[in-house]
Amino acid sequence: MPDVAVVGFAQTPSVRSTTGTTNGVEMLVPIFHEVLGGLGLSKSDIGFWCSGSSDYLAGRAFSFVSAVDAIGAFPPIMESHVEMDAAWALYEAWVKLLTGEVDTALVYGFGKSSAGQLRRVLAMQLDPYLVTPLWPDSLGLAGIQARLGIESGLWSERAMAEVAVRSRADAAYNANAQLSGEFDVDALLTEPYLADPLRKSDCAPVTDGAATIVLASGDRARELCERPAWITGIEHRVDSPAFGARDLTTSPSTVAAGKAAGADGVTVAELHAPFTHQELLLRQALGLGDEVRINPSGGALCGNPMFASGLVRIGEAARRVHNGEAARVLGHATSGPLLQQNLVCVMEGRD
Amino acid sequence: MTTPLSAPLNIGFDYTRSLGPTLSHFMTGLRRRQVTGVRGSDGRVHVPPLEYDPVTAEPLTEHVDVASTGVVRSWSWAAEPLDGQPLDRPFAWALIQLDGADTSLLHAVDAPHDQMRTGVRVRARWREERVGAITDIECFEISDGPGAEPVEADEVSMVITPVNLKYTHSASPVESTFLRGLMEGRLLGQRCPKCHKVYMPPRPACPTDGVPTSEEVELPDHGTVTTFCIVNVPFLGQRIKPPYVAAYVLLDGADIPFQHLILECAADEVRMGMRVEAVWKPREEWGPSMQNIDHFRPSGEPDAPFDSYSQHL
Repeated sequence: MPDVAVVGFAQTPSVRSTTGTTNGVEMLVPIFHEVLGGLGLSKSDIGFWCSGSSDYLAGRAFSFVSAVDAIGAFPPIMESHVEMDAAWALYEAWVKLLTGEVDTALVYGFGKSSAGQLRRVLAMQLDPYLVTPLWPDSLGLAGIQARLGIESGLWSERAMAEVAVRSRADAAYNANAQLSGEFDVDALLTEPYLADPLRKSDCAPVTDGAATIVLASGDRARELCERPAWITGIEHRVDSPAFGARDLTTSPSTVAAGKAAGADGVTVAELHAPFTHQELLLRQALGLGDEVRINPSGGALCGNPMFASGLVRIGEAARRVHNGEAARVLGHATSGPLLQQNLVCVMEGRD
Repeated sequence: MTTPLSAPLNIGFDYTRSLGPTLSHFMTGLRRRQVTGVRGSDGRVHVPPLEYDPVTAEPLTEHVDVASTGVVRSWSWAAEPLDGQPLDRPFAWALIQLDGADTSLLHAVDAPHDQMRTGVRVRARWREERVGAITDIECFEISDGPGAEPVEADEVSMVITPVNLKYTHSASPVESTFLRGLMEGRLLGQRCPKCHKVYMPPRPACPTDGVPTSEEVELPDHGTVTTFCIVNVPFLGQRIKPPYVAAYVLLDGADIPFQHLILECAADEVRMGMRVEAVWKPREEWGPSMQNIDHFRPSGEPDAPFDSYSQHL
C-alpha cells in the first residue's frame, strides 16, 4: 500500500462570529484557493473530496451539500462527508488513498458555531432517551469531569490555569488565533466560575471557522511538497456513550488509539482539548512527557471551530514537519461528549 | 457593502422513539417511581441500564430494582440554566450513584451552591404527572431520608422528546441583495464570471466553477415552465387544495430555474414550454421573501420551443 502524507494545509482565522452562511461557502472558497494555489493544483487535480460538518450546528438540513458549491463540482467529483470533526473525514480520505484508486485528496471541515447556542446544541450528540431530554450543556458535563480529576488529585485548578496561560501565550504567534496574550495564573484563579469548577479560561471559545488539508500518496506527495508529513499511524477508537459507567478521569479510547498509531517519540503534539483539564488528561493518556511540545499553535483553547478543530490539530502538527521544525509529530482529534471518541495521527518527515 | 440580512430561525420537532425491552422496563419503572438497572456480565448493576454489556457485548436482560436515593460522585454548577433544563433556577449537574447501582446517572440536584459537594446524599424528587421518561424525576434534592414508595402505572413503550433549537440564520451577501431587491419588486440574479451562467436566486459561489459570483443581473418576472408536477397528495401545512401544480420556472435571461406555483389555469393545462408571468401580492404585503410573488400564471404567449430551455432541465 502507498505511503500517504499531508502536503498542504490552510485555515480561516478563528473568530467569534462571521456574517457568512451556515453552509460555509464564504469561509471555504478562500482556503481552497490558498491550499490548491500553494501546491500549484486546481480542483480537477483532486481525486477525492471529503468533509466534516454538522446540520445541527447549522440548523438546516444538508448544509454539507450546499458547501459543495465552494468546490465547483463540475464535471462531477468523487465526494463524501462525515457528520463529525473533519479529522474523521481525513481518516476516510487516507483509506481512499491506500486503495490506490486516487493519489490526491482534499479534506475540509467547517462550522459556524455562532449560529445557535453552541453549548445547548451539543446536547444533540448525547443519548436521546436518557440524557438529551435533560438538555445538559457541554460546559456542565465538562465541569463534572474536571471535578472528578481535581478531587482525585490527578490535576488541580492551578494546573488547569497554567494550561490556559501557556496556550494563550503560544497563540500570540498564531495569526489565526481567536484568543491570545500574556495572562497570569494567580489572576486567572481569582476569576469567577463559569460552570464551577470551570472558569471561562478553562473553556474553548465559541468559534466560527474552517480548515482544509490536502493529502497525497507516494511520488505525488514528493512532487507536491518539499518535506511531506508522512502518516506513519492513524487510528481512532471510541468509548461507551454511557459516561456514567466509565472512568471519566482517563480515556481508554485515547490510550488505545495512541498505542495503535505509535505515539512514541513525537516531539510536538497538537491535542484537541476544548477544556484545560482535557489537555492534562490527554497528555497522560498518550504518555506525552515534559519533553513533548504541546499545542504550539495555542490549541483549541484559543480557537475552536466546531467540526474543523480536530483537522486543524493535524494541520498544525504537519506544518511543523513541512517547515523542518520537527521530525515526528502527533495530531489528535476528539468527537462526542467528554472525549468519547479519539483519533491519533502520527506524522514524520523523511530527510 | 451593506450588512447581510439575518433572521431568527427557530426549529422544533417532537422525536417519537420506540423503547425496546430494556429501556421500556426502565421508563415504565420511572412512571411507577421505581428506578431499575440491569446487571452486567461482571456483576455490576448499570443505572441507567445498558442494552448490551460494555465488556462482552451480550444482550443484558437481568433487571434489578435499585433505590431512588444515592450519593453524588461529581458535580458542576449551572449558574444560568438554559431552555429545557430540569430547573429554571441555579442548580447542580451531578453524576449520582443510586443505592444498589455500580454506575452513575446524570441528573440535576436542586440545592444551594454552598451545600453541593461530592459525597452528599440525595433522593429523587418525582414529578406528579409521570409519563415514562427520564424527566419523570424532576431533579434530586439533598436528603438522608428514604425514597418515595413506588405506585402502580401502565407500561411504557414509546418516548416523545421535544427538541427546540434557536438559530440566527444568515443570508449570504448576494442572497441579501436578492432579498432586498424583492422588497422593491425586483428580481436580482448573479452571473458567474467564469461560465457566465446567471443564477436566480443567486448563490455565493458558482456550483460549477467554485468561484464567487460577481455581476448583478436584473431579470424580468416572466419566463418558461421547464418541468412541473401535479400535487395530488395532501400533507401537513399545505396551503392550497390539491390538485395544483408546482413547476420549475426559468425566467428569461436566467440559466437556473426555480420552483413556484402555477395557478389561474387547470392543472392539466400546464405543460413544458408554457410561458408564464408572476402575480405579485399587494405591495403592502411585500417583505424580503420570494413569497412576494404569490404564484405564476399563463401569460398567453405562444409556447417556448423546446430548444430554448432544453439545457436548463
